[in-house]
Formats: sequence, structure tokens, C-alpha cells
Amino acid sequence: MKLSWRKTPIAGIIFEPGSSAEYRTGDWRIEKKPIINQDKCIRCLICWIICPDVSINRLQKPYGKYEETIEVDYYHCKGCGICSAECPVKAIEMVEESRVVA
Amino acid sequence: MPGAYTGDEAAAYAAKQCRVDVVAAYPITPQTIIVERFSDYVADGEVDTKYLYAESEHSAMSACVGASLAGARVFTATASQGLALMHEVLYLASGLRCPIVMAVVNRALSAPINIHGDHSDMMGSRDCGWIQLYAENAQETYDLIVQAFKIAEEETVQLPVTVNLDGFTVSHATESMKVLSDEDVDKFLPPRKPIFKVDPETPITVGAMALPEYYYEVKRQQEEAIQKSKGVVKMVGDEYGKFTGRRYGFMETFGLEDADAAIMCLGSTCGTVRSVAKDLRAKGKKVGLIKLWTYRPFPTEEFLSTIKDLKALAVMDRAISFGAPYGALCSDVSSALQNTGMDIKVMNMIYGLGGRDTPPSTVREVFDEALRTAKTGRVKERIRFLDVRE
Ligand code: SF4
Ligand code: SF4
Repeated sequence: MKLSWRKTPIAGIIFEPGSSAEYRTGDWRIEKKPIINQDKCIRCLICWIICPDVSINRLQKPYGKYEETIEVDYYHCKGCGICSAECPVKAIEMVEESRVVA
Repeated sequence: MPGAYTGDEAAAYAAKQCRVDVVAAYPITPQTIIVERFSDYVADGEVDTKYLYAESEHSAMSACVGASLAGARVFTATASQGLALMHEVLYLASGLRCPIVMAVVNRALSAPINIHGDHSDMMGSRDCGWIQLYAENAQETYDLIVQAFKIAEEETVQLPVTVNLDGFTVSHATESMKVLSDEDVDKFLPPRKPIFKVDPETPITVGAMALPEYYYEVKRQQEEAIQKSKGVVKMVGDEYGKFTGRRYGFMETFGLEDADAAIMCLGSTCGTVRSVAKDLRAKGKKVGLIKLWTYRPFPTEEFLSTIKDLKALAVMDRAISFGAPYGALCSDVSSALQNTGMDIKVMNMIYGLGGRDTPPSTVREVFDEALRTAKTGRVKERIRFLDVRE
């Protein structure tokens, strides 16, 4: 919803914390998206720490011997590939967007 | 209470009585005495102010913005190159709606290097979104600073204010003047009540990006705030008048009731103009003075009703707007007159650059020229450079 200048918060201040999540920066992704291989992933959480867009989610969904599933939030992931480059077990593959069948 | 103060001392004393929470500053001639006096107050334990010695004016203004956003009452002072160095951050202070008050001791800008008075510093940052007040002398410097906090912090305003005083002429000259008691200043100016503040208990985001979808709306709102601040400037000026007997507002006029020709200017030169106007009126010449206290917001309507019976107006600018049709003040005057149908002959006089003296004889010449124009209806020179060697 776009506000009129009269209703726009003073100084462009954002009074609601965490509201940037509403802005879906995943639209900015070009070419490739990261895909996590749940079988290879050792849940070290390096990707979770280093993702510059806070786009790695830890879901409380058991998978094999792990209590968590590590997933990419594609609504916000910008496809920078840092997670893929840093994953110690090469569990994240950057795949061309057009080749991913959702 | 009467006392003897220089303009700079008057500024420091006003800030002290306004119980500012934070001062962040960097010294620069001819402003140095303001922050020097203020650091004396801090060192002597006379104030509770947090004093930050910044490494540059850019940092000083940045610290002021941060402190103001945290809810503090903030004061600083600068001049010339210092104001120029702050330029970028001035827009943050107004855009983030920080009611900071700053004394600007007007001084020429380099090059060539010059430490003396003119208005090129403030005019260079004219469009920074601050309310801009001009003082004629030490008394007005004091009075305007006390009022500036009240104007800036008013709920509907929330904008920074500069109080301008001429370098050396006002900043370093000692005058006898009146100051209020601390109790009276407390009565006039209660503690700041911020309408929002940066506080870890209730997080907010300040200074976020606003792309083409929102930037324009934020700026339109800011323009509304400064235009609407006129009502507050007037209200505070009236209230201060009731309180002290010294009434303020947008402008002070002299002889305008029946004047044919008038001079309009800012700052200390108004004193010379008034005194020359008095002499000329004693000789039967119908001349007057318009002294603007409030340069921004420009009081368009009030100005037009003030000059409606004038035939000629000489607008004196103490800065060149290089390559422009007129100096800044005269440009404002002529755009205010646009489409009003008023037939007032306007001429622009550039004067006093880099501290060049403007003696009564020069002012008399300007009045003579304005009177001649009032009579003939013809402007001989649309812009003149007074007292420059040909
Ligand atoms: S590609 Fe970049 S933005 Fe996307 S999840 Fe990996 S690190 Fe985060
Ligand atoms: S860095 Fe690799 S192994 Fe570690 S949690 Fe992320 S995907 Fe799993």
C-alpha cells in the first residue's frame, strides 16, 4: 500500500521492527539460485551465519538423524552464491533458475 | 538582567540557559569564542551538558544528529568553511527532523582565504531545509537562540534552526544587553519532548533508504513542515515579546507606514540602515527599512503586505549568487512579487564581501538611488556592486 505524503511517517522512519522482511528482494535474483542437498548437509550453520541477506532458514523439521532442516528463503535470497562457496561439504549447488523445476 | 556580552558570548550564554544536553563542535574563527565559553561552563561544572570535541565539523554535525535522534536538546556553532564541511550532514539533520540549534557566525568562504563577515557561508547552504534566522546584534543573537529551541522542538515543526550573526561585527563586539534569569528561561522553554527517539527498548529504523516510490513523499512532507513553521515562528515571537518586552516574528520594519523607498537586508547592516533612515526622515525623505529575522521560511505573504505601498525597494545581498540574475535575497523578493501585479521597482545591491565595510555614506547612496527610482519609475542598474574598486 502506497501512502500519501501526508500519511508518510515523519522523516521516513520505520516504526515497526523487522518490516524489511515484507520487501521481497528475491525478485532481484538473476541467473542462479542455491539448492541445498539435505543428505550432504552436516548442519554446521556456516551458511546461516554468513548469508548477507539472512536468507537461510532453520526449520524445526527433522530430517534423517538431524532435528533441523536447513532451507533457503527464496523470497529474499538474492543469489549471491556465498553460501555455496563457503559450505564445507559442498552441499549447496547454484543452479540456473530456468533449469529448476519447482 | 543587564550585562555586557559579545555576540559569541551571548550565544554561549543563551545555550547554557537553554540547558542543552549535548554540544558537539569544532572551533573556527569567528565562532570559536562560542564553544570556548561553553567548554568553560562544562569545565566549571555550571552545566550538565555532554560536550563532544569532534575532529571536524562534518563529525560535529554527525554527532549532533545522533544525539538529537536519541532525544537530546543539542546546540552547536560554526562558520564559513566549517558550515561548508557540514553541508552534507545539514540535509540529514533536516531530513531526519532533528531540532538542533546552531549559531552560524557568518564569514566569507575561500578562495581567497578571508576570516571576515559576509553571508556566502549560509547562502551556500541556503536550501538545506533548516529554518534560518538572522540577528542584528548580540541582544538579538541571545533572544533568537532562546526562541530557536522553542520553534525547533514544537511538535509540528521538528526542524533544525540556524541563528546567524555577522562575523566580528556582531560576534566580537561587546554590547550592553539584557538577559533573562535562568528561572525565566526555564519557564519559557520547558525540557524537550521528542515525538520519536532512538531507544533500544522500542526499536525503530531511522535513515532507511527511500527509493523513487517514497523519497518524494518524505521531502514533500518536510516542505510542508517548514512552510507551516511560519505560524510557530510568529507565535513564539509574540510569546517572547510578552515575556521580555522584545517582540520578534518574521521581520522588523522602520518607516514603512509612508515610505516611498526602502532598503531590505539581513543582519548587522540593518543597524546602519536604520540610523541613516532616521537621519533622512528627519530631513523629510520618505525612506524605510525592512529587516528580515526569518529568512527561511521566507514570509512571502507578510512581506508582500508590508511593502504594498512602496515604490522602490533596494535589496542588499551580502553574498554573490554567481551567474544568477540577482543575489539570493533579491531573487526571493522578486519571485515573491511575481504575479502579484504590484508595481514596485526592485534593485539589487551586493555589498560587504569579505568584511568590506559598509559605512553610512554607502547606505545614503543606496537610499538616494532608491528615492530617484521611486520618482522616475526607472531602475538605472538592476544590480550594483557597492564599494568595490572600479
Ligand atoms: S545465495 Fe547468497 S543470498 Fe542466497 S542464500 Fe546463499 S548466501 Fe544467502
Ligand atoms: S554450510 Fe553447508 S553444511 Fe553447513 S549448514 Fe549450510 S548447507 Fe549445511
